[in-house]
Amino acid sequence: MTIAEAAKHLAARDFTATELAAAHNDAIAALNPRLNAYITTTPELALTQAKAADARIAAGTAQPLTGIPLAIKDLFCTAGVRTTAASKILAPFIPPYESHVTQNLLDAGVVYLGKANLDEFAMGSSNITSGYGPVENPWKRAGSDAKLVPGGSSGGSAAAVAARLAMGATGTDTGGSIRQPAAFTGIAGIKPTYGRCSRFGIIAFASSLDQAGPMARTVEDCAILLGAMAGFDARDSTSANRPVPDYRAAVTRGVKGLAIGIPAEYRMDGMSPEIAALWDKGISWLRDQGAEIIDISLPHTKYGLAVYYIVAPAEASSNLARYDGVRFGARVHGEDLIDMYERTRAAGFGAEVKRRIMIGTYVLSAGYYDAYYLRAQKIRALILRDFTDAFTRVDAILTPTAPSAAFGLGEKMDDPVTMYLNDVFTVPAPLAGVPAMSIPAGLNAEGLPLGLQIIGRHFDEETVFAVAGALEHAAGFTAKPALRAA
Amino acid sequence: MSLDAATVRRIAKLARIRVDDAEISVLQTELNAILGYVEQLSEIDVTGITPLSGGADMAMRLRADIVTDGDIAPQILANAPDRAGDFFSVPKVVE
Repeated sequence: MTIAEAAKHLAARDFTATELAAAHNDAIAALNPRLNAYITTTPELALTQAKAADARIAAGTAQPLTGIPLAIKDLFCTAGVRTTAASKILAPFIPPYESHVTQNLLDAGVVYLGKANLDEFAMGSSNITSGYGPVENPWKRAGSDAKLVPGGSSGGSAAAVAARLAMGATGTDTGGSIRQPAAFTGIAGIKPTYGRCSRFGIIAFASSLDQAGPMARTVEDCAILLGAMAGFDARDSTSANRPVPDYRAAVTRGVKGLAIGIPAEYRMDGMSPEIAALWDKGISWLRDQGAEIIDISLPHTKYGLAVYYIVAPAEASSNLARYDGVRFGARVHGEDLIDMYERTRAAGFGAEVKRRIMIGTYVLSAGYYDAYYLRAQKIRALILRDFTDAFTRVDAILTPTAPSAAFGLGEKMDDPVTMYLNDVFTVPAPLAGVPAMSIPAGLNAEGLPLGLQIIGRHFDEETVFAVAGALEHAAGFTAKPALRAA
Repeated sequence: MSLDAATVRRIAKLARIRVDDAEISVLQTELNAILGYVEQLSEIDVTGITPLSGGADMAMRLRADIVTDGDIAPQILANAPDRAGDFFSVPKVVE
């Protein structure tokens, strides 16, 4: 059942929001001990919110999301509900305030099922860096029970939605953290334009890249969720003061007459033939529905990852300086103040977070700033220019979301760079600030989902939704994961 | 360019992360792998390119310099690991 369908049933009184919440609470109790999709579950809060939603439905003041049960990535501060960023250093942290995005959702009447697992501080592509244990992907390779990763960093959100432990979820995307896990779990997810959703109350990783976005089982559900999450907020100085369009209407707009760019640089050496074939299918699906296909070039694509792995750690090293055991979070005692800082951070941060803080500290340090950070910012400008140039000729760009399907827990973990290569197709969009969406488009030979990515112009999520809607319609993706609630 | 053990120790100190001697060589290998990967950026000519710092090349908005909240000391202190009255408490800094 989709969010759009559930809203109809709630309006028709086929079931109540309380029943819907209770069914999800039961599913979570049964399956979450295995999947570990939630760090914290909030079954009682869910029932309280559902009761309020039922009252609103009865009063005739319901909105499309009233009574819809969601997973909230544990990077969004939720007033009175523990928020960890999947880090031990925030284990005792209970925010006194609510993030702007989740407040918007609360105002729309949603139900919180719990706080979804993620890579620690959203740093990772497989959810294995969580301080609260990895998440198991509900999908299985045919004939195998091997545990696969759900992708990351929004791996808990993705697994919860795919396994029917939530109807939708909030995610955040810094280098692909919504789109790659969506692709790995056979769901849809959109990273909107930088500035579309307020960053207020979202625990910061890399502030010039971080954007919130929805994850759900259909394109329409993502459109409904983003319509509620987006909007101006004076408390985020990069929040865009523009009206939020009717995304839901855009989903069925069609692609007739749209120019769709196919970037040559994404057809990389060694790309799996299955992914190349799915990309070709996507191209013909759009052509068949009246789009014009145009070959384009995004010449600096191959440098995106290297730019990202300078810019993001640099910003992270600054943002994570606040975790020092003084004002909030865990503290480890030391002989003096500096010793307390060092012991607190050594105990509180996991290995990947420490690596990134140290890389960021190094590239910002005296003598290296120009060679690393400033150079990376200049190449970031060239990556933006690639997109700006392309968007003079095309309305949207179609690529695969990730270079592979979900991989096994324990694979690709030999060195950090191998893991980073997962993000090769997803990092350029946040570097340029443009919106990008992943939709489930097919299965590989092992029965695992694969995603296609649609990239759009700044603040033109509507065209992204239109292309995504057309692809979803043509793909007819109905496969379900092996592990799921009924 | 390759980091030696002394540089790794210096970075850890700057980052305020305590690192044991046994961890140094592992970190040295990992950090050098990452720096080796980003080395490819040196092949691009960036003469005359203006660096891009923000997500969408946007101008920063300013707000009026006025108090927008306050008098919420209990909320601010609620998560403190240690406190003394309305103050955060830390180990002694000055002897």
